[in-house]
Amino acid sequence: MQPATVIAAARFGFGRRPQDPEPADPRAWLAGQVAAPAPAPALPEGHPATLREIFALQAEDNETMRAGQGRPHQQRIWRAEAAAHLALAATEEAGFRERLVHFWANHFTVGRQKVPYTVGHFIRDAIRPHVTGRFEAMLLAVIRHPAMLAYLDNATSIGPDSRAGQRSGRGLNENLAREILELHTVTPAAGYTQADVGALARIITGWSFAPQREPFGFLFRPAAHEPGEKRLLGRTFPEGEAGGVEALAFLARHPATQRHLATKLARHFVADTPPPIAVRRIEAALRDSGGDLGAAARALVALPEAWDPPLSKLRPPTDYVLAVLRALAAPPAVAERAVGTLQYLGQPVWNARAPIGWPDAAAEWASPEAMLRRVEWANGLAARGAERDAAGLAEAVLGPLARPETLRAAARAGSAREALTLVVTSPEFHRR
Amino acid sequence: MVRPRRDAEAAGAGQARGAGGPGPAGGAHLPALGRRAALLGLSAALALPQARVAFAQAPGDARLVVVLLRGGMDGLHAVQPYGDAAFAGLRGPLALPQPGQEGGLLDLGGHFGLHPRLAALHAMFGAGEATIVHAVAGHWRTRSHFDAQDLLESGADQRLSSGWLNRALAAIPARQGAQPAGLSVGTDMPLLMRGATPVGNFAPRGSATPPPDLFARVAELNAADPVTGPAIAEGLRVRGYATGTLGEDAAIRPAQGGAFRALALAAGRLLSQPDGPRVAAFELSGWDTHAQQANRLNAPLSQLDEGLAALKESLGTHWRRTAVLVVTEFGRTVRVNGTAGTDHGTGGVAFLVGGAVAGGRVAGTWPGLAEAQLFQGRDLAPTSDLRSLAKGLLRDHLRLPGPAVARAFPGSEAVAPQGGLVRV
Repeated sequence: MQPATVIAAARFGFGRRPQDPEPADPRAWLAGQVAAPAPAPALPEGHPATLREIFALQAEDNETMRAGQGRPHQQRIWRAEAAAHLALAATEEAGFRERLVHFWANHFTVGRQKVPYTVGHFIRDAIRPHVTGRFEAMLLAVIRHPAMLAYLDNATSIGPDSRAGQRSGRGLNENLAREILELHTVTPAAGYTQADVGALARIITGWSFAPQREPFGFLFRPAAHEPGEKRLLGRTFPEGEAGGVEALAFLARHPATQRHLATKLARHFVADTPPPIAVRRIEAALRDSGGDLGAAARALVALPEAWDPPLSKLRPPTDYVLAVLRALAAPPAVAERAVGTLQYLGQPVWNARAPIGWPDAAAEWASPEAMLRRVEWANGLAARGAERDAAGLAEAVLGPLARPETLRAAARAGSAREALTLVVTSPEFHRR
Repeated sequence: MVRPRRDAEAAGAGQARGAGGPGPAGGAHLPALGRRAALLGLSAALALPQARVAFAQAPGDARLVVVLLRGGMDGLHAVQPYGDAAFAGLRGPLALPQPGQEGGLLDLGGHFGLHPRLAALHAMFGAGEATIVHAVAGHWRTRSHFDAQDLLESGADQRLSSGWLNRALAAIPARQGAQPAGLSVGTDMPLLMRGATPVGNFAPRGSATPPPDLFARVAELNAADPVTGPAIAEGLRVRGYATGTLGEDAAIRPAQGGAFRALALAAGRLLSQPDGPRVAAFELSGWDTHAQQANRLNAPLSQLDEGLAALKESLGTHWRRTAVLVVTEFGRTVRVNGTAGTDHGTGGVAFLVGGAVAGGRVAGTWPGLAEAQLFQGRDLAPTSDLRSLAKGLLRDHLRLPGPAVARAFPGSEAVAPQGGLVRV
C-alpha cells in the first residue's frame, strides 16, 4: 500500500476501514468527493426533521415542564441528531466531505446546552449543503438559522429607536454581531472598533425567527429593526433586511475573512503551525473563485505539504473515536453510543464551551487525563473485536505508516484484545 | 499518610523476571520493564523516609489555588455597589434588594452587597477570610473572551505558550520524593498551567481501567513521542499517586453537587497531603450572560460558592495556610442590554479567600458609576490590576524571590506587587 492511500484517508477523512479499497489515485479520489452530492445522516423513524416539527415538540416540552414533568423530547432530539451525525462519519467510505462538515460546524459553533432542539437541524440545514459551495451562502444560512439567532441572542435584540424599542424600552444585544466579526469573518486583524460592533448589531436588528407560526424559521421583524443607514468598516449599509444581507456578503468577501478561513483550513488539514505558503495557496483559491469552498477544498488536496509523512496533527477526541470505530469496523449501534464516549473524552458533541469552538492544536488535547481515557475506551471497544488479527488490521488501516515498534508490541501482546488496543493507542494512530 | 515501603529496584527486577525478560526499549537507558515500573509511579522516591524531612525544610507549607471563571463574570452582579447613587438606575431589574430585605444582598460593610447565592463566601468574609477586589481588570482592554483569557493566563502583553503560574512554579524547589508543586485539576490543562515546569494533572473519575501492565505497554509504545509520550506517562504517575492518596474516593462522582465541587474536593484533598502539590488550578465556565442574566447567573454563582466551601472543608487544617485567587477575563457592561443581560466589559471583581488571607474587606478604589466615571462611557473603570494581586500572592504568600515573580509576569515592572493580602 502506498503512503498516499493512508494519508488521503487519515489526513482528509476519519481514517481507513479494513475493508476499504485502495484508490488508484488518492488525490483524484479526494477531488471526486468534493464534487459528489452530500450524503444525509440517517435519522430514526419518526424523528422531527423540519423546524416546524421540532418547534412543535419544543412547545409540548414547555407544557410538560410547566406541569412539572420535565422535557421528554429535548435530549432525545439532539442525541438522535448527534448519533446520526457520528454514525455517518463512522461508516462513509468517502470521509473528506464529512471532515469538511465537522470543520465548518466548528467554525460556526452553536452550543447544544443553549439550543438543544435546533442544533442538529442547524448542522443538517445550514452547514451540510454548503461545505463545498460559496462561503457567502453558508454565512447567510448560518446567521439566519434559529439555532444561531438564539445561541448568540440576536433573536431578542431590538433597535433602540425601532418601534418595538421605543414602545418597550428594550434594546440591543451585540453578542452575535461581535462574534460574526471576531470569529466568523474578518477577525480583529481587520481593525474594527467597538463602533463597528455596534453598527453590525444595529444592521441585524430584527433578524429573528418564528417558532410557532409561519414561516417556522427565520423571520425579519421590521418593528424591531433600527431605522436609518449604518456604517460598518467604512461602508454604508441601508436600513432594512437587505442591509444585513449586504453586510454579510461584504464581510464574507473581505480579504481578511479569506485569510482567516485559509489559515484555519491549513491549520486543520496540514499542521498546527501551517506553512505560510500553504495558507497563501488556500487564500488565493478563495480569492480567485469568489469564496468557493469547493475550490478551497481542492486546493488543500493539491498542497504538497499535506502529503508529507509522518502525519503531524494530533487527532482530537472526535476524530480519534471515529478513526477507532472505523478501524475496528464497529457496527452503527456502537457508533451511536459514541455520543457518550465523547462526553467522557472531553469533546462532547456540539458542546464547545464558547462560540470560538474547539481548539485545533495538539497541546489543547494532550492533557494526561484525556490521553489515559482514550486508552481506557479503546481497550473497552477492542474487547468486541477479539477475533481480529491485529497485524492485519495495522496493515489495512495504517499501511506503511505503522511503525515496526507498534507491530512488534502487537505481536508480543498477551491477547488479541491487547494487540488491538496497542495498535489503536500507538502514536501513529493518534495522528492524522 | 501511611504508605507501604517498597524497594523500587527490587520491585522492577521482580517484574522483569516475571514478565519473561525485557524487550527492545526504544533507545532509552532503562531496560524496558524498569522504565515501565517508573512510569507507573512505582519509583523509590515516593516511599523514601527522608521525603518528609525534605518537606519540612521546603520554603513553605503555603497553598495557593487559582480558579479561572471563564466567560466574563459580571462583577457588578456578584458584588453589587448598592451604595452608589447611580447603581439602581443603571442596573434596573438586575439590582437586587438591599441587605436585610427579602431576597436581598448580603452586606459587605455598608456600600457593597454580595449576591445571596454566595452565602459561604459571605461567611468567609465575616470570618476575615475573604477579600473582595472591585473594579479590577487585567492588563488588556480587549473585549474578546479568547484574547482576554489568553492574556489572563499568559500573564504577558501577548499570548505566550506558557502560563504565569507555570513560570512561577519554576522557582519552587523540587522536594525530594514529593509530587510536583503544581497540579491542574480537570481533564483540560489550562494555558495558565502549561509550560516548561512539570505539573500534575488529575481528574476525578469513576470508571474501570485496563490492567496496569497494558497501560504500561501503551506508555512504552508512546514513550518516544513528544506529545503523547509525556502525557500518558504523567497521567499514569498522577493516577498512581492520587489513587493511593484518595483511595476509593478517587471516584468522586461529578453528580454529587456538580463537577466544580468535585474538582474542588479533589484539589483540597491532594493539596492536604504532606508530599502533595502546593499549587492547584481549575476552572468554572458559564459566566457569559448576554441574556436573562438574573436567572442564568444563579447556577454558576451557587457552584462557585459550593466549590469554595468544599475546598475549605477538604483542606482541613491546611486552610489556615491557603490563599485562593478567583479571577475572570473581564467584567461586563454597566448598563443592562436589550435582553436583560450584559455584554462584554472591562472592570470586574476578583475574590481572594482562604485562611491565610487578610480578609474581611472590599479592596480597591471605587471609581464610581456616574456617566463621566465610566470607562469609554459603558464599562466599570478599572482601578486595580490583576497582575498586582497575583504578584502580591507570589511574593508574600509563596515567598518567591523578586526575579521569579518578574519572570511570571514579564513586562510588568511598573505594576508593584500588592502588599498586605495575606497574614504574615
